[in-house]
Amino acid sequence: MGVAPRLPVDGGVVVSFVRVRGLWQSYGGRPILERIDLDVAKGEFVSIVGASGCGKSTFLRLLLAEEMPSRGTIRIEDGPVAREPGRERGVVFQRYSVFPHLTVRANVVAAESFATRRGWLSRAGRQAARDRADALLERIGLAHVADAYPATLSGGMQQRLAIGQALTARPRILLLDEPFGALDPGTRLSMHDFVSELRAETGMTIFMVTHDLAEGFKLGDRVLVFDKPRWDPHEPEAFGATITYDFDARHGGIPYQIKEDDHAAIHA
Amino acid sequence: MRLVNRHPSRRAAIVLAALPFAALALAYVVGSEIRLAANPQDKLLPAPGTIWETAVRLFTVPDPRSGELLVWQDTWASLRRLAIGVGLAAAISLVLGMAIGLLPYLRRTFAGFVAVISMVPPLALLPVLFIVFGLGEVSKIVLITIGIAPFLTRDLSQRVLAIPREQMVKAQTLGASSLVIALRVALPQTLPHLIGGVRLSLGAAWLFLIAAEAVASDVGLGYRIFLVRRYLAMDIILTYVIWITVLAFAIDWTLRWVSRRAFPWMGASL
Ligand SMILES: Nc1ncnc2c1ncn2[C@@H]1O[C@H](COP(=O)(O)OP(=O)(O)O)[C@@H](O)[C@H]1O
Ligand SMILES: [Mg+2]
Repeated sequence: MGVAPRLPVDGGVVVSFVRVRGLWQSYGGRPILERIDLDVAKGEFVSIVGASGCGKSTFLRLLLAEEMPSRGTIRIEDGPVAREPGRERGVVFQRYSVFPHLTVRANVVAAESFATRRGWLSRAGRQAARDRADALLERIGLAHVADAYPATLSGGMQQRLAIGQALTARPRILLLDEPFGALDPGTRLSMHDFVSELRAETGMTIFMVTHDLAEGFKLGDRVLVFDKPRWDPHEPEAFGATITYDFDARHGGIPYQIKEDDHAAIHA
Repeated sequence: MRLVNRHPSRRAAIVLAALPFAALALAYVVGSEIRLAANPQDKLLPAPGTIWETAVRLFTVPDPRSGELLVWQDTWASLRRLAIGVGLAAAISLVLGMAIGLLPYLRRTFAGFVAVISMVPPLALLPVLFIVFGLGEVSKIVLITIGIAPFLTRDLSQRVLAIPREQMVKAQTLGASSLVIALRVALPQTLPHLIGGVRLSLGAAWLFLIAAEAVASDVGLGYRIFLVRRYLAMDIILTYVIWITVLAFAIDWTLRWVSRRAFPWMGASL
């Protein structure tokens, strides 16, 4: 099943914005991920799918530098290996992604104020930050609830706020871990439009874990499938998961591999 | 319908809530009448009228010897000790609890220590405190502080640890340093629990206060109760007990009011 890692090629030159090399992760001697190599171009939207518990969130935590891999490296634009989360990498989780004790507006302002020494903006900077926050809230359709606390918002509104907050920090990559997993189908559809629009505006490089294959193909430029290539029936936990398929999801989501087969059929 | 699904109406709820108080009052009145009928000199269960007269006298007529209203002196002295002792405990446990909850190094250092210390029965330490700090104010305040600080510290560190990992990571992706995480993420979400913890430990704080005052003091609510015990002055003792209960209830109510006002985002969970 070994799929050669597909390299983003631009005029014959490999342009890799996010570079993952020889990545392994195991917990207590139990391998979860193994041999992951990946190159992602700037502005690419990468969907990640796979069975529950196969290590998708673990991969995202490694991308986020929330934990260190057992082996291997992750670099953005060949920069240093990050040792802890920072403003380079934004994240939205399925839940708990906004601060419950801050109003909607303060949650957006936090994306600016948290990076200061004591966590508060100066008097002069505060009003400007509030105005920027209000402009963002207008843009993401939350202006009417600017003074409300997140607990009073619907799930879809909370996730829109979380995405807006993450983008306000201007990260270089944005990580989404099943961001719409807790939403009802209708809300999820409108969130798809929301994410597509924001992505078109910002050109952000995005990694999104989803358990919905259709969602992955709809939003992503690529769909990575995580699975265990090796399998020992006597010891199911002996091997970790890796990227077993790397589909091209552009142009209406025709899987990359099947396209190859079509070529073979045509040439035959 | 199952009992677990049956709910009283609003009016019934008020009546039900008043019922135990009425029952207690009735039991007292009946008991008092029976004893006084058998022996008009009985001091154990004074008639409610007698207690009322005593209460009015205590709160309005100065003590003939000192010319002071003793109950107010006692109240002031006791509340001062309580406030300083509880305030110190709250401050110490807020700092320590947040540090233990946030910093793995301090957690490894202090979590086990605090767990063991909280097992020491504070009242057993009272003689030690009297020896070390003397019979004055300090030993009473320290007893209250070491009596409730370990519980508060453990509670607060657990609350900090219970803040979802997602929030801690999110704050870091917004560029927050350890200090900013402490001040802007952990502290505001811990303060409501500090007030909640203080409310829970006030009962113990009163216990330690009255115990310390009973053993060595010359003013205070606990001191007065144990002083008049010698004369079997049940009317005074009961007046003081009811007064202490009213004070404790008022403090608890005030703290709840403060936390509702100060932490609107907590919603109904306070
Ligand atoms: N910190 C950890 N320690 C031990 N095991 C872990 C840890 N994090 C995740 N795991 C295990 O790793 C596996 C993959 O988890 P996860 O990445 O959350 O899967 P997914 O997101 O694909 O559902 C699971 O079996 C989980 O129990
Ligand atoms: Mg997951």
